[in-house]
Amino acid sequence: MKKIYFHVLFMYLGMFGAYAQTTPVAIKPDSSSYQSRKLKIDEVNLVSAYYNQNGNNSAVTGGIGTEKLSDIANTIDLQLSRFNKRGKKNTFLFELGIDHYTSASSDKIDPSTISSASAADTRIYPSLNWTHSNEQTGNAYGFTGSYSTEFDYQSVGAAFNLTRLSKDKNTQFDFKLQAFLDQWTVILPVELRTGNTGKRGEEYGTAPRNSFSASFSLAQVINKNFQAALILEPSYQHGLLATKYQRDYFTDGSLRAETLPDKRYKLPIGLRMNYFLGDRFVIRSFYRYYMDNWGIRAHTAELEIPVKVNSFFSISPFYRYNNQTGTRYFAAYGQHDPTAQYFTSDYDLSTLNSDFYGMGIRFSPPKGVLGWQRLNMLELRYGHYARSTGLASNIVSLNLKFK
Amino acid sequence: MKISRTFLQLLGMVTVISVAMSSCSSVKPYQKSKIKDADMILSARKVQKFEQSFQLYREGASGANGGKSGGGCGCN
Repeated sequence: MKKIYFHVLFMYLGMFGAYAQTTPVAIKPDSSSYQSRKLKIDEVNLVSAYYNQNGNNSAVTGGIGTEKLSDIANTIDLQLSRFNKRGKKNTFLFELGIDHYTSASSDKIDPSTISSASAADTRIYPSLNWTHSNEQTGNAYGFTGSYSTEFDYQSVGAAFNLTRLSKDKNTQFDFKLQAFLDQWTVILPVELRTGNTGKRGEEYGTAPRNSFSASFSLAQVINKNFQAALILEPSYQHGLLATKYQRDYFTDGSLRAETLPDKRYKLPIGLRMNYFLGDRFVIRSFYRYYMDNWGIRAHTAELEIPVKVNSFFSISPFYRYNNQTGTRYFAAYGQHDPTAQYFTSDYDLSTLNSDFYGMGIRFSPPKGVLGWQRLNMLELRYGHYARSTGLASNIVSLNLKFK
Repeated sequence: MKISRTFLQLLGMVTVISVAMSSCSSVKPYQKSKIKDADMILSARKVQKFEQSFQLYREGASGANGGKSGGGCGCN
């Protein structure tokens, strides 16, 4: 009888023992998957650039005259995130940009003034993006709102973005819908104004320009050194697409303000391929084919080869080539047909080739740049741009990342 | 039958992508140290933001490069 009691007792103890093996595991919090639900700053980026250009085909003066322009551009973006009760991540990206430019050609809208309003301008553009993501699957969706204002142009934008990842996380599909609802103050060259006064003592009306685009991107990890992405981004613009203060001169000597169709369909398709060669070289390549209903066709190819000098310092020489067939509405100074419905002397829309080359450096030491732990990364780039129309420009850009 | 140059260009691109895709191998997370390198990102980097802006203004083509494809006048 005692034997039976002992057997029953051992059986119960065995059951408790077996239970005891599992309970602590279930109750014990898994510190590796714990995510703080507090809002935290992920990173802050400061991006600044100085740009200058010169050429002799200003569209403001009908395709002749100085294109001298300089621009100082700055943005600061702040990325914050927090996890909700279900472990999903909410990321907030706030960006504020301020550009200031001076333009000798825009000053020719009204050359009689010593310094017209168009000689310089400042653009301010804030935006906010919210993205909701699942860290386990990598799937995400989000919304963006943006605003931009300058003297003669206001833009309100909205966007929706969606990301889907395959189970093995080697294939990623991104989809984005964007809309910009813009309002443009119509400024005519001084000799084409009728004499009424309005904003800042000159006659101005306003006109809308709306842009809608969809972006489809498919990215694939091909092997452990190679990945590629295919991007298709059709877009549609409607409204005042001509720049009304740009002059056009005709074969009969007459002058009119630039006139272009009020609809534009664009279809760019891009392919990006990045390959890690050995332990020190990365080959970054990009090709894009572009077409639109104004007759512009363009091929753009880029090659950049970051060389890793050591684990935290890299040098990146780059080269970009662009070949463009211009719009059918383009003609040079004094070459427009007086019977033409649409006309422009804007060399940005003409047939051209361009070369852009330069070098970048990237510095991200583990103890922070210059020993400042929070300054996680510094990137500096210089590029020179030369266009077959004679325009040349230089740009210096700086990105500071704080973590 | 006349086949347009544009069609041939697109066909070439699709062929390149198909060949690349067909040579895909399943890459495990622990094999992605190079794929996750900052220089391997499949988009333009933040420091290129203003380069893309001026190229958008100085050329007729835009889009499909991670930059802006609409909004703003770009008239200077």
